[in-house]
Amino acid sequence: MTDVPSDLPKRVGAPARKSLLTPDTRTKRRNAAESRFKVYGILAILVALLALVFLLFTIIRDGSGAFRQTFISIPVTIEASVVDPKGNRDPAEMAGTLTMSYGALLEQSLTNWVEQNDIRIEGLTEADLASFFSAQARADLRNRVLANPELVGQTVETPALAASRIDGMFKGRVTRESAAIDNRTSVAQYDLAEAMRDRGALATRFNWDFITRPDASDNRPEAAGLGVAILGSAYMMLIVLVLALPIGVATSIYLEEFAPKNRLTDLIEINISNLAAVPSIVFGILGLAAFINFMGLPRSAPIVGGLVLTLMTLPTIIISTRAALKAVPPSIRDAALGVGASKMQTVFHHVLPLAMPGILTGTIIGLAQALGETAPLLLIGMVAFVTTYPAAPPEGFFDAASALPVQVYNWTQRADSAFFERASGAIIVLLAFLFAMNVLAIVLRRRFERRW
Amino acid sequence: MNKLKITASALAVAAVSATAAGAQAVKVAGSSTVLPYATIVAEAFAENTDFPAPVVEGGGTGGGLSQFCQGVGGNTIDVANASRPIRENEAAACAENGVTDIMEVRFGYDGIVFASDINGPDFTLTPQDVFLALAQNVVVDGESVANPNTTWNQVNPDLPEQEILVFVPGTKHGTREVFEEKVMAAGCETSGAAEAFTAALGEDEGETACMTLRTDGRSVDIDGDYTETLARLGSSPQAVGVFGLSFYENNTDKLKVATIDGIAPSVESVASGEYPVSRPLFFYVKAQHFEDVPGLKEYAAFFVADALAGPGGPLAAYGLVPDPELAATQAAVEAETIMPAN
Repeated sequence: MTDVPSDLPKRVGAPARKSLLTPDTRTKRRNAAESRFKVYGILAILVALLALVFLLFTIIRDGSGAFRQTFISIPVTIEASVVDPKGNRDPAEMAGTLTMSYGALLEQSLTNWVEQNDIRIEGLTEADLASFFSAQARADLRNRVLANPELVGQTVETPALAASRIDGMFKGRVTRESAAIDNRTSVAQYDLAEAMRDRGALATRFNWDFITRPDASDNRPEAAGLGVAILGSAYMMLIVLVLALPIGVATSIYLEEFAPKNRLTDLIEINISNLAAVPSIVFGILGLAAFINFMGLPRSAPIVGGLVLTLMTLPTIIISTRAALKAVPPSIRDAALGVGASKMQTVFHHVLPLAMPGILTGTIIGLAQALGETAPLLLIGMVAFVTTYPAAPPEGFFDAASALPVQVYNWTQRADSAFFERASGAIIVLLAFLFAMNVLAIVLRRRFERRW
Repeated sequence: MNKLKITASALAVAAVSATAAGAQAVKVAGSSTVLPYATIVAEAFAENTDFPAPVVEGGGTGGGLSQFCQGVGGNTIDVANASRPIRENEAAACAENGVTDIMEVRFGYDGIVFASDINGPDFTLTPQDVFLALAQNVVVDGESVANPNTTWNQVNPDLPEQEILVFVPGTKHGTREVFEEKVMAAGCETSGAAEAFTAALGEDEGETACMTLRTDGRSVDIDGDYTETLARLGSSPQAVGVFGLSFYENNTDKLKVATIDGIAPSVESVASGEYPVSRPLFFYVKAQHFEDVPGLKEYAAFFVADALAGPGGPLAAYGLVPDPELAATQAAVEAETIMPAN
């Protein structure tokens, strides 16, 4: 606007000569609009932050209990007459003694302990004592005895899992009032638990089992863990990484560097963008039809989940890789070509290394997205109840397994309220993994990113 | 990059070639009512035998049976849990796909209860009360009219003066069918509406009219599971929800249960047949898989063993009801009795 004719009439209503330091009404209005906008922006951020804080607060409040568990440590006498009726200490024959019998052992030792410590509680019944221990405690005891038959006849002090209602008493889930109307526990049990805690026979401590144990049935929420789900998710992520990264990067390099620009490549490009927007459940249906029904891969197996998630992650990786390749300045390519490098050498020696941080970031974000994906996994049977750890890969890829987000979904549907706590705990674990992956993505970008 | 590619292609090849390599654990799917108990059995089975732990999935009775009937061998499931007997068309689909040897095992009963918030008033219901509260049309002075009742005491003066709002399992639930037959149809019969409907609409239409729920928002279908119903009760404490007995048994600190015909639901009252609203629970076993799937027959036998499904076992502890004729079932499983083809 340098060539404004000088003979223009003076603007009507133009402000009279005034100091710049005293703003007129128009300037004031414009300044006000700006500060209003700033307030809106801050409010928007505040709303988002509040939502996040609320989410984190409720999840941590509900879920932190899952990482702590109540254990009973009293001396347990392993009566030979119960666990080894034939008396020959042969593990194969001792395996004939079912877990129910070990429950009687635990109950007996608790009865003895109560007598020895001279605890008198009104209305304490045999059923209260029997249901004090988790059903998992007798299974653990049985496994321990079968693994080491020398324990028969001895008295061992072993930390045994307490039942979920007992555990709930120390986490505020069960109160004396609620115990009175709860069919699964009683006031007498509540009082006994307090008496035991006062004498140090009952303690709540950090619970690694929540991370390592497999899922458990409705009868023993206190024993349910994320072991199988974490393994299943890890296997799937491995498959996604191994398949999606090379395929995605190869696709993008070809489309970006080698492919001619014509209708066909345009069509492919549009379809890749469309694929990124396809709802994930659709991939689940595809997986069910293609991998399970047609190819005959096993249901509930990480291989199928991994393949489905690969399809889902590919568009994300392709799009971010192409963006990263585009961001490499053409001068780099020209220089390489100029000194006689072939097209192939240019791409692999110069362009690809420079685009790597972007590619890795995209891949990690894609993986994080795949890690949290639930819907397609429901259709291919990953929602199953699996208590056997899958074998080491590659055979393990074909074994039944669960996945972290599906485990959350699974636990929220269980009747016992103790599973609600565990579902929130599983969310914390899942969020921790996602957070770690995102931090890794940021670190990689910061370290290797180059600006021109 | 090269290594990655080799691994990738090796994996793809392995994926195609190793189709039957998956560990041969018993595969179970079906009714979400049976699911929790089936997981309890699976857990105990794995603990006490050398067989791998069965893989148990939900998916509903219909979904489980349709998977079950997909065929024999390979990746088809071995056991389908069901909260109702297999239907004729499902059995036909099975036969068509070569699933001919099916073992039907009835292992217990489940009661269906009406429960409300623990702090609410007591309900003493009869099927007639529920019918009058929830039917789309009721009969007033011999005329079929749209249901005018808005509070429970209009239905029956003995009931509390409280807005009618009932959470009913959605139509895909097995529970819904029992609710319609044992509560709605029964109430329709005793209130005399059945006769009027049949006279006005004919046999079939009349029966349908008995089971049609009102759509003005006082009867709400819940398509999720009981945890959703419980959550809804939490936000509207004046409502009544329909639950399975086992779910109620696990949540007695939050729920107050209604009596039906004066009988409070419990494992004992369902087992004796006094409590009217109950249904049998089944699982179906593919007998053709006995040879290929190690542990399948043992799993079926373990499922109905006295130690599990008998009185005082985990089945009763969970809130399901043992079958009085369990011994006959055990014998049938032992003899591998197959359902007659029709």
